[in-house]
Amino acid sequence: MAFREYKIGCYMFGFALSFSMFVTIFLPGVDISSVSSTELALDKQLTYGHESGFAYEDPFLQGHGKPVKVVLSKDPATGASIDKTTAYVFPAGTPFPSGLTHTKILGEDVKLLSESLGKIDQASEEAGAVFLVQTNDKDVPYVENATATRGWNSDAVLKAADETIMAGAGKTMFVREGCWWCHTLLPEQTQDWQSFGRPPLLGDFNGESPTTFGSDRKAPDLLHVGARNSSKEWMTLHFFNPRLVQPHSIMPRYDYLWGEKDASGNTIDLAKWDEEYMAYTHGESIYPPEVPEYSADSEARYLIDFILNLK
Amino acid sequence: MLKYLFEKEENIPQGSAAVFFGVSAIAWFIIGTGLGSFNAAKLAFPDWFHGLYALQFGHMRQVHVHAVIFGWIAMAFAASMMYITPALGNTKLWSEKLGVWNCLLYNLGLCLALALLWSGVTSGREYSDHVWPIDLYIAFIMVLPWCLNVWMTIINRRTQGIYTSNWFFAACMFMTVIVFLVGNLPEFFHLTGLNEAYMTWWFAHNILGLLITPVAAAITYYIVPKITGNPLYSHRVGHLHFWSIVVFYSTPAAHHLMSSPLPEWLKSFASVEGVLILVPAIAYVCNILLTMQGKWRMFVENVEIKFTITGVLLAIPLNMQGGFQQTRAINWYIHGTGWIVAHAHLALLGFSTFAEAAAVYYGMQVLLRRKLYSLSLANFHFWTLLIGFSLYWISMTIAGLIQGAAKIYEVPYVDVVIAEHPYMIVRWLGGTMVFLGNIVWLWNMYMTARAGDEVPVGRQPAELAYGR
Repeated sequence: MAFREYKIGCYMFGFALSFSMFVTIFLPGVDISSVSSTELALDKQLTYGHESGFAYEDPFLQGHGKPVKVVLSKDPATGASIDKTTAYVFPAGTPFPSGLTHTKILGEDVKLLSESLGKIDQASEEAGAVFLVQTNDKDVPYVENATATRGWNSDAVLKAADETIMAGAGKTMFVREGCWWCHTLLPEQTQDWQSFGRPPLLGDFNGESPTTFGSDRKAPDLLHVGARNSSKEWMTLHFFNPRLVQPHSIMPRYDYLWGEKDASGNTIDLAKWDEEYMAYTHGESIYPPEVPEYSADSEARYLIDFILNLK
Repeated sequence: MLKYLFEKEENIPQGSAAVFFGVSAIAWFIIGTGLGSFNAAKLAFPDWFHGLYALQFGHMRQVHVHAVIFGWIAMAFAASMMYITPALGNTKLWSEKLGVWNCLLYNLGLCLALALLWSGVTSGREYSDHVWPIDLYIAFIMVLPWCLNVWMTIINRRTQGIYTSNWFFAACMFMTVIVFLVGNLPEFFHLTGLNEAYMTWWFAHNILGLLITPVAAAITYYIVPKITGNPLYSHRVGHLHFWSIVVFYSTPAAHHLMSSPLPEWLKSFASVEGVLILVPAIAYVCNILLTMQGKWRMFVENVEIKFTITGVLLAIPLNMQGGFQQTRAINWYIHGTGWIVAHAHLALLGFSTFAEAAAVYYGMQVLLRRKLYSLSLANFHFWTLLIGFSLYWISMTIAGLIQGAAKIYEVPYVDVVIAEHPYMIVRWLGGTMVFLGNIVWLWNMYMTARAGDEVPVGRQPAELAYGR
């Protein structure tokens, strides 16, 4: 019996499915892959690193193996003061983003400049590297390997930094905690401009994985949230218990991301905090309990750094 | 069931794999809808169960989705295929032993996959949330043995032609494997950026369009003629349905990303193809409803037909929404709102679940050779499912329209949250009804196996009167 008498049908089926996949995967793939990275895409790749979801370097999504974004006001090699500069530090062993390891992600012009002016081909994951995002006089963005061009090594840059932003580890928290089930990262092209800001462009995503657009918006879009609200204090209260700053919020509390100890090393007692908070909501006390300050290596810090970095 | 794992093939009773899959499916349906109800409660009352950090919404949402898709829907499909495919080929299942092993490894794999999602180990891609080692397990350990059983049973059939349901089963299992492996390429080869985003939705669209919708339809192609005794209205309309699924349903993936910066030609193409899904949809619904000619009383009298035809009727609003909501004229209004959540539940909890529930009800009675224990409990299950689903669908559609309006008038977002609150409560009540109804179903099935009236050889369960 077999499928013998269905031979023509089987051929037609194979042809139809292959043609469908040619049109819906191959052609869009070629088209999308031909787009150059924008400056924003370079910034995102260098901030978030190789992968924000499951990866060898971070199988349990704890924020391991991610670069650190820093703001410098003096040259880490010479100590001379410089204009405020954003640098992306990849300590030794931190995997590079796809743009630096694959040939097609940056786009032709960006790649050419990144190699000729930026010397990115001299960067190595084993030794670590520090990168900058630059633009040439024709506004073409490129990546500069400051370790090769300026002799900046990652330890010195981290030491000289005015500010360190753990947004790479923070995006992993964003993925792991499922923030993107409610908060989209995609202002829509039709009507979101005024409240949520500029929708992203075609080349804004090169090298980013996952893109976590989100599909089911139950909460404000966050793509430019750092530009609307840059208050670390507000974010701290909001993540610990959203209803402290927005009584009608339906967001879960993320107090457990504070970890065991707060910034001054005191143990955080979430159950006791909740008890005092419930007393406050029932009108038994006038003020809600104090929100502990998160410690520098807590997951709450990573996540808040990521959110505030969404400009 | 476990005693058959190391039994010789000829000593395993026919239908063991189907029963194993069927019982697992009902159990996962209870787990999946229970989680859905729990999650919905969190959206209405966020501080409820506070302190239960293990059940954070952001971790449990995807566990609910995958428990119902891979647990309930896919396992109910497996159960149906394991008894329908051989019945239509006038033969035995190719290997009951493979089927029993398949079901065991399916359950174990699903437990592991959901535990990982629960603990936050995820790829961060909606519907393909599983990490790539789990993807490979799903493709090669959970799905491929199932495919093998279906394909080999059809190849070894003892009938001349292949009946409509069996084309669908064979082709859909093939397409599922392809879609699964191709759709997860971004994880296997670390594709990034818009390619990753587009492939995520290519996978999500095609797994729904090439597995869930057509297999649910194929099941009704069996159940309705079998129980009513009418032949399928038209084999040729079945052809139209099949080929238009392959050609039209596999192409509109980009319509899920209409407001993203994908190439415009791709969005326009997807949108036109998206309207063309009305071709298989209309062909299918007409074919089934015309098959019912002269037997419409069974829609009231027979519980399996009641489930099946309700599912088919729900496919009408489903496809009307599906065809038109993705066009630019409508999509900008409802994209990313509760409307879409309602639509997704119309497809999975409406159309597909009703069709599968009928197949599991019918299959269990045939395979166990026992008449359903209680018609009243089955009717109770039907109405809790239908009313619970309707409450869910209506409330989420309204919530979505509120969100859409708020989106255009750029209302501060928190006002949307406040306006949606009553609908979130209704959604939770609807979901809870579905969950409770399913517990009753499991009890009814358990009692059918224990105390149902025996169906004599050569008789159909539908021909027997209910004993109680």
